[in-house]
Amino acid sequence: MLRVRNLEVVYDDVMLVLRGLSITVPPGGIVALLGANGAGKTTLLRALTGLLDIHHGAVVRGEVTLDDEPVHRLRPAAIVRRGVAQVMEGRRIFGELTVEENLRLGGHTDPRRITGRLSEVYDLFPVLADRRRRTAGYLSGGEQQMLAMGRALMAGPRYLLLDEPSLGLAPRLVEQIRELIVAINAAGTAVLLVEQNATMALSVAAHGYVLETGRVVLDKPAAQLLADDDVREFYLGLHAGEGHTRRSFRDVKHYRRRKRWLS
Amino acid sequence: MTELIESLLRGLGTGSVYALLALGFVIIYKATRVISFAQPAFMLAGVVAVTYLTPTVGFWAAVPLAAAGTGLLALGVERTAVRPMVGRPAFVVAIITLGVDVAVRVVVNAFIGLDVRHVGDPWGLRTLAVGPVEMQQRHLAAVVAAALLVAGLFAFFRYTRTGLAMRAAALDQEAALAHGVSVGAVFAVSWALAGGLAAVAGTFAAAGGSVDGALWLIALTALPVIILGGLDSLPGAVVGGLAVGVLQELTATYANDVAWLGGNVSVITPYVLMLVVLLVRPYGLFGTREVERV
Ligand SMILES: Nc1ncnc2c1ncn2[C@@H]1O[C@H](COP(=O)(O)OP(=O)(O)OP(=O)(O)O)[C@@H](O)[C@H]1O
Ligand SMILES: [Mg+2]
Repeated sequence: MLRVRNLEVVYDDVMLVLRGLSITVPPGGIVALLGANGAGKTTLLRALTGLLDIHHGAVVRGEVTLDDEPVHRLRPAAIVRRGVAQVMEGRRIFGELTVEENLRLGGHTDPRRITGRLSEVYDLFPVLADRRRRTAGYLSGGEQQMLAMGRALMAGPRYLLLDEPSLGLAPRLVEQIRELIVAINAAGTAVLLVEQNATMALSVAAHGYVLETGRVVLDKPAAQLLADDDVREFYLGLHAGEGHTRRSFRDVKHYRRRKRWLS
Repeated sequence: MTELIESLLRGLGTGSVYALLALGFVIIYKATRVISFAQPAFMLAGVVAVTYLTPTVGFWAAVPLAAAGTGLLALGVERTAVRPMVGRPAFVVAIITLGVDVAVRVVVNAFIGLDVRHVGDPWGLRTLAVGPVEMQQRHLAAVVAAALLVAGLFAFFRYTRTGLAMRAAALDQEAALAHGVSVGAVFAVSWALAGGLAAVAGTFAAAGGSVDGALWLIALTALPVIILGGLDSLPGAVVGGLAVGVLQELTATYANDVAWLGGNVSVITPYVLMLVVLLVRPYGLFGTREVERV
């Protein structure tokens, strides 16, 4: 169980970005995390993987626990070894390395398993197998996303964190990524899926959270979120009254009702 | 013709020394984005260590021992003086390395003392003749040593886990970190490698002669070399080193024909070349375009 409780994160000692945020990712589950630009989704993933430091960020309150062990003070390598891997926003593949070198690097913390995992990843992503000696920077956007996912899987994670995997991809590729997420999950890996593409995210997730300015404003089973009028309006662009601009979540009254997390 | 070939070969000999030094600068730069001005001091420390070790263990054992020792010294310096500065502007860190250079050199100079010290290499100034062409053995040895080390480095970066981690960290430090690469270890290994390379370079620079503070001038020549090859290019360091070495020897050989140039013009040719490169191609022959100049 990966749990975040009442987490507060500041950047540069002053900018409070996460304001008492709590989420839970159960083992083997898929959880969607939605939120507008700047809501703090990426910051949350950094807090989960020990990457706040290099952004001059810090956890000031609350905790992140993995199977009840606090992990928010651990270094990234230690967190990867405990089974949490991240696909960062923007893919961040190593453009000048080959596809296979990228994958090998993903297995850095567990060198003895690299050979076995390589073949697993190639089974899951046959395109990567075909292009294993290519320079990764020349892959298409969709292939790069698969490479980034494959690279994270090389660590053999129990929890896979994906930061906007559908960003910038054509609908057909988004569908393919969706199917891959289902396949990865079916093999036993829990997924925390950060998305702006709510349709895609909520169609695979069992549970969803909506984040706004560093707080969870909605916390519901995915099916209920999909049916929620405001989520439909804000994220799916369905039923927007003509003539007026899109409203902010802030304006939507009943999101003000916040959950009480101390339990 | 013989004269030309001989000066080319001499150039490759000195160029190999420059290449080894430049490789150290580039390895540190790629890993940490800092130009380490401490390289000359490590070179001197390495040579002096060789002069002390050779009488007891012999030259062939002294060189690897001194290289390893200098690598450890560099690693220690990185850990104590440079690592705490991580995140500060590159300029500040570069100044720190300059301070390290001065400090290490002051200590090492005390070990040089007033005696004339020799590395005790087996070549001296003996030559090897192929037909009419004569080449100094020490130059040949430098070329062979540099070739072996370059091949070793290539294999290290290409085929080892640590080497791959270092290349990845050089490309995207955060992404490497996210996959469990220890950036601290990458910094440490880069400094250790650079220290070891500097020690070997110094040994060949001093082979056939004596060890004194002027070796520092040779280390400084690595700067034009990396400007020529590109700050972030390992092949650039090798090609640049050889090119500068050859250019320097050619100038030394033929400048005398031009009376007004004077006898020592070869010393400044690398810097003239650097100036030209900075004007027309500031990222060097092999460097990445965006790399800023420091
Ligand atoms: N390194 C940083 N230093 C200071 N502030 C930051 C830093 N990174 C992010 N922020 C700020 O923190 C807030 C949340 O940013 P974050 O990147 O977590 O949002 P996000 O939900 O991932 O947005 P997006 O959908 O655009 O990726 C934003 O206001 C952003 O400006
Ligand atoms: Mg983001």
